Amino acid sequence: MPIKTEPFYLNIGPQHPSTHGVFRLRVQLDGEVIVDVEPIIGYLHRGIEKLAETRTYTQVIPLTDRLDYVASMTNNLAYCLAVEKLAGVKVPERAEYLRVIFSELMRLANHFLAIGAFLNDCGALATPLIYMWREREKIVDLCEMTCGQRLLFNYMRVGGMSQDVPEEFMPALKKFVAEMPKFIGEYEQLIKQNEIFLARTKGVGILPKQTAIDIGASGPVLRASGVKWDIRKKDPYSVYERFDFEVPTGDVGDCYDRFWVRLREMRQSVRILEQAIDQIPAKGPIWADVPQFFRPPPGEAYGHIEAPKGNLGFYVVGDGSIAPYRVHIFPPSLINVTALRDMAIGWKIADLIIIFGSIDVVLGEIDR
Amino acid sequence: MTLLDQFQQMLLSTGLPDWAAYLVPALVGVILIVAVSLTLVIIFIWWERRLLGRFQLRLGPNRCGPEGILQPVATGLKLLLKEDIVPAKADKILHFLAPIVVFVPVLMIFAVVPVSDGAILANLNVGIIYVIAISSISTIGIFMAAWGSSNKFALISGMRTVAQMVSYELPVVLSLVGVVLIAGSFSMLSIVQAQSIPFILVMPLGCVIFFLGCLAEMNRSPFDLLEADSEIVAGYHTEYSGMKFAMFFMGEYGVALAYSTVITTLFLGGWSGPLLPPLIWFLIKVVLVFSVTIWMRATLPRLRVDQLMSFAWKGLLPMAVINLVIIAIEVLVVPASMLWLMVILNFAFAAALVLLWSRLFTLGGGRVEV
Repeated sequence: MPIKTEPFYLNIGPQHPSTHGVFRLRVQLDGEVIVDVEPIIGYLHRGIEKLAETRTYTQVIPLTDRLDYVASMTNNLAYCLAVEKLAGVKVPERAEYLRVIFSELMRLANHFLAIGAFLNDCGALATPLIYMWREREKIVDLCEMTCGQRLLFNYMRVGGMSQDVPEEFMPALKKFVAEMPKFIGEYEQLIKQNEIFLARTKGVGILPKQTAIDIGASGPVLRASGVKWDIRKKDPYSVYERFDFEVPTGDVGDCYDRFWVRLREMRQSVRILEQAIDQIPAKGPIWADVPQFFRPPPGEAYGHIEAPKGNLGFYVVGDGSIAPYRVHIFPPSLINVTALRDMAIGWKIADLIIIFGSIDVVLGEIDR
Repeated sequence: MTLLDQFQQMLLSTGLPDWAAYLVPALVGVILIVAVSLTLVIIFIWWERRLLGRFQLRLGPNRCGPEGILQPVATGLKLLLKEDIVPAKADKILHFLAPIVVFVPVLMIFAVVPVSDGAILANLNVGIIYVIAISSISTIGIFMAAWGSSNKFALISGMRTVAQMVSYELPVVLSLVGVVLIAGSFSMLSIVQAQSIPFILVMPLGCVIFFLGCLAEMNRSPFDLLEADSEIVAGYHTEYSGMKFAMFFMGEYGVALAYSTVITTLFLGGWSGPLLPPLIWFLIKVVLVFSVTIWMRATLPRLRVDQLMSFAWKGLLPMAVINLVIIAIEVLVVPASMLWLMVILNFAFAAALVLLWSRLFTLGGGRVEV
């Protein structure tokens, strides 16, 4: 008589230490080996797109903060770009530079957390995470100095910024930027040579170049697979074409490459910040006078940026009233997480966790 | 003649009946061991949390009592007051017994650890073998917990436990045989007395292998796969709460403390040391060993399960065998008075072997076709 066997199903999440939010993975296992993974999303759905239809154009900005709450200012930027395109608003020079400064600060903040949490998933008990957290705190302090908030900033406005930075901001930023390369080098030394870390990440969860392009992945996930694609270069928005920076890419597309691309991207962000500090006009308006209840002409506009996690797009349709007729959000995390199944099958549970960690998703963005 | 034997002789000479003269010292010893080791475990939990805090740029618990030393007591009280939850589909008996089976053997290890000359509860002539045998029992307890709580995370943890414990016991035992060969005895007391030079210097490779094996046996990072919180939540004690969880917790730190004392005894020369009293020396060494494990916990990521296995079978085991052969030959050739010669030889061998293995050995495993 043959022995009866049945598949072993394991629910990882929605309550699990390393799902980075309320995310559920329905995993079919053969021992420790993963046979199938089914990501189940929707636990954090708040109907942001529908809510946006009942708010004025300015009132939507705080909603966008709730998408990628790790780097929430970048969401403001993408939305504002779309609406500015729709309304034909020209943003003042100083505001453009402030936007660049804050989106690069947000990229740093996001990558700090992404790398720290990734190492935490690898099993390094909180130490790398807390080192990263210490540096992220400095960025949060800079933002608090500017707009009084530490997580959901609600700082950008259609046509500029809500307020100018205080005078102590620039010296603090210069100090931060001057310290950063040393810290990144130190961190790199601590992690990059670690034998266990290399054994855990090298060659694990490979996303081939063609697959990455086919699924429409973006951000560090795409670049780690060897595709040199960065919207800051390919479709420059704000004043990004004025800066000199490189787009780091990986070779294989494994977990290590994704980590390594992020770390090098942080160096480039510091470079952009240095240039932006030099170039920013000392004085000037920071907001094109856009009225509180402005009515953009009927039409549609799409604004997209290179958010820390990838291509973040906002598609805004206006019908001539004070509220958008339809807002659609194109989140990078949702697209990138579709690669998870291809990457994880055949690996072990422990690998699934670090592959998921290396994609770096935020559930606020996936579920909207 | 241990202190307990002297106590017993004293009681006999006062004219107590034989059974009482045997029973009283034994009871006193057992109570002492239980009380002292549990107190030490509590202090060690505090020490780990404080030290880990320092490693992680934070303070660690500092509110309860001076420097937060009462924090583990507060934690214990909290756990005592918590509801004891048993899953509906759990195997009630196994679920109830598992924490006890894990916890009790840990205390039993302390019986053969000499804290200073003669201060030992049971001077067994097979001390080391006793330690190995007793410490293996907790594996059964962990597997009982994993199976009994009818939880899939716990089950995976249980499978990992058995594989890990069985694999790592071999290199541990083999590196111990080296100690036994040099000391010429299984008894813990004689092993300490044989260490005119601490065995960590005489057989460095054996010491490292034993230490790594112990890390795996006591489920500490980087071998903490049983309760890999980022993967399988809390592993075998996912379904435990209240005092049962506290027993697992105490058991875990108890094992860490027990192995620290065993390493101190076998490799660091036990209580011996200049100037300070033997008990102080013993404690200093134990804290040192324990602190190294905390250091590793704060630094290293975790190995994957197949890498863990290949590290044991392809890395530690062959090295332990080669180390044992080298030691055996040296014991035959080098006269006992020339222990320092073995120090030089073994450091050279250790360096060569580690270098060789770092070239040859690759952590196996990878993608499996499904």
